[in-house]
Amino acid sequence: MNIIVCIKQVPETNKVAVDPVTGVLLRNGAESKMNPYDLYALETAFQLREKHGGKISVITMGPPQAKKVIKEAFSMGADEGTLITDRRFGGADVLATSYTLAQGIRKMGEYNLILCGKQTTDGDTAQVGPEISEWLKIPSVSNVRKILQVDPNTITVEMEMPKDIEIVKVKFPCLLSVDKDIFQPRLPSYIKKQATKDREIKLLTLNDMEDTDERHYGLNGSPTQVQRIFPPESNTHREIWRDEPKELVNRLFQKIEELKILD
Amino acid sequence: MGKLIIDQSKIDNIEDLINICPFNAIEEKDGKVEINAACKMCRLCVKKGPKGAVTYFEDMEVPVINKNEWRGIAVYVDHVDGMIHPVTYELIGKAKELAAKISHPVYALFMGYGLEDKCQELLHYGVDAVYCYNEKPLEYFTIEAYANVFENFIRKMKPTALLIGATTVGRQLAPRVAARMKTGLTADCTILDMNENTDLVQIRPAFGGNIMAQICTPNHRPQMATVRYKVMNAPKRQKEETGEIKFCTIDPKLLESNVEVLDIVIKEKEKSIESAEVLVVAGRGIKKEQDLEMLRELAELLGGQLACTRPICESSWLDSKCQVGLSGRTVRPKLIITCGVSGSVQFTAGMNNSDCIIAINTDDKASIFNIAHYCLVGDMYAIIPELIEKLKGDPACAIRK
Repeated sequence: MNIIVCIKQVPETNKVAVDPVTGVLLRNGAESKMNPYDLYALETAFQLREKHGGKISVITMGPPQAKKVIKEAFSMGADEGTLITDRRFGGADVLATSYTLAQGIRKMGEYNLILCGKQTTDGDTAQVGPEISEWLKIPSVSNVRKILQVDPNTITVEMEMPKDIEIVKVKFPCLLSVDKDIFQPRLPSYIKKQATKDREIKLLTLNDMEDTDERHYGLNGSPTQVQRIFPPESNTHREIWRDEPKELVNRLFQKIEELKILD
Repeated sequence: MGKLIIDQSKIDNIEDLINICPFNAIEEKDGKVEINAACKMCRLCVKKGPKGAVTYFEDMEVPVINKNEWRGIAVYVDHVDGMIHPVTYELIGKAKELAAKISHPVYALFMGYGLEDKCQELLHYGVDAVYCYNEKPLEYFTIEAYANVFENFIRKMKPTALLIGATTVGRQLAPRVAARMKTGLTADCTILDMNENTDLVQIRPAFGGNIMAQICTPNHRPQMATVRYKVMNAPKRQKEETGEIKFCTIDPKLLESNVEVLDIVIKEKEKSIESAEVLVVAGRGIKKEQDLEMLRELAELLGGQLACTRPICESSWLDSKCQVGLSGRTVRPKLIITCGVSGSVQFTAGMNNSDCIIAINTDDKASIFNIAHYCLVGDMYAIIPELIEKLKGDPACAIRK
């Protein structure tokens, strides 16, 4: 079974602030790490390979430094890695990002399964996975909480729904977005790290894609535009309530209603 | 649409320019400044850098669309077996407000099976029309068939904007449809507004909620946004029905799917305090173990769970899984009510990101009051039992019980 896992390098901390005077985005330090949700997708791939054999390729899009997360995936057990990197991919929103990844995946050869984490910790949209599957015209299942069975042409999984769980059988090739806790992710291994330190990472730029039309990538290929960023209303609102118990209960009850807790 | 051009001669201090970029996308190579693939096109380097050093260059024509061709705001009706998810009504309320600003109609898009008598209910909330696709293959949610129906509706009605609940279904259906229509989609909007030119103003938290981003889809239609449950306000249900129901048909081929639903199983109720939307926390102000029952009852009435501080856990009154704090669990519920909790740093570090913090303590100098949004100076033994009585009298709560 050939499995592709989509991973992303994200900032170590998402604690950013806007300078109230200049409006400039302040980021503390340049530390980065692998998106924690991707660890579950990777672990799912390892578990499937252990049972059913096959090859695991990881793919990421980002600046050249994003090689680091591919190396980390190698040290956990991934077989191959591809980095999509090009200045012209900068400023991509969900549509352009998913399109670029789908274009990159097309260059990776035959696959049965694409695995994605639930979401990233920096973008937080959980939308890139499903959009990739649309570009590739393959079925997709999100919120996968358990793999039940793998057959030659299908995979049967549990999908979390608002009120219940759907057990679905999906034809290969397909894309699954897995939930946190589907498996306990493993730690990178030092031995694997040493063994893979010279392993080649394939690079893909715009010129390598099937579609080389610049208008479909990066800022140009992004329908959404960020018009401004601003600090949220700070939650520093504080009220001291001193009153008779009866009155305190009334106010508390009113507040609970306001918060729509009872709906 | 465009790109950034660097004029090396206008840069006096390379280091300063590099530091302007919050995404570390500017780097120095052989004494020359370059922009790498980390660029998010925020253009701060254009605004804050030395004049003329980085310029934004428009090199492509903007695709032109006729915005007048796209009319109406459509709400996707989220449901399980015809039981409409309440986020739907909240979105209808918002859609009506937005539509009123541009004099557009509001549509509800309802797909599934056995919906004949389920559509009526939507007419009590003021939609102009319900478009219903009632087909056997749509009985259970499968991504391809649902996306095809969605596309069919969009091509037919050409709504300018689509609002979708950010439920487990909406979160996979919306992106699939957005990619098919090659349009923009903004996840988890907390504020929506409408410009006169029918551009939908979409505001959402970014970077872990520390910053808000205002997003717009100026050159594409439809505009798509998802919104979480309990973010918008549902309109009051009207006694009389307004609007009409239109049953739609679709080519059966488009309902075929590579996903087969084998079974539906009931979810076991999650019990971890991290997943609870409401937490009631017992602190050292609790006098004896039996008194925890009163707090547990309150938690249950609010549809939440009982949690505690370290001392309560150490005296084995509650399991360590219920402990909030650095040495316990980190929680971020919508509402947390602390009862007799003093508010040590190790405790507050595990909960100070909660949306709403209500603290009850007899000591008005308790440090919990430094982080709580509502500080009730009083005795929980006088407040909680009365609150419980009041909640029991509330119809919404009675249902929960």
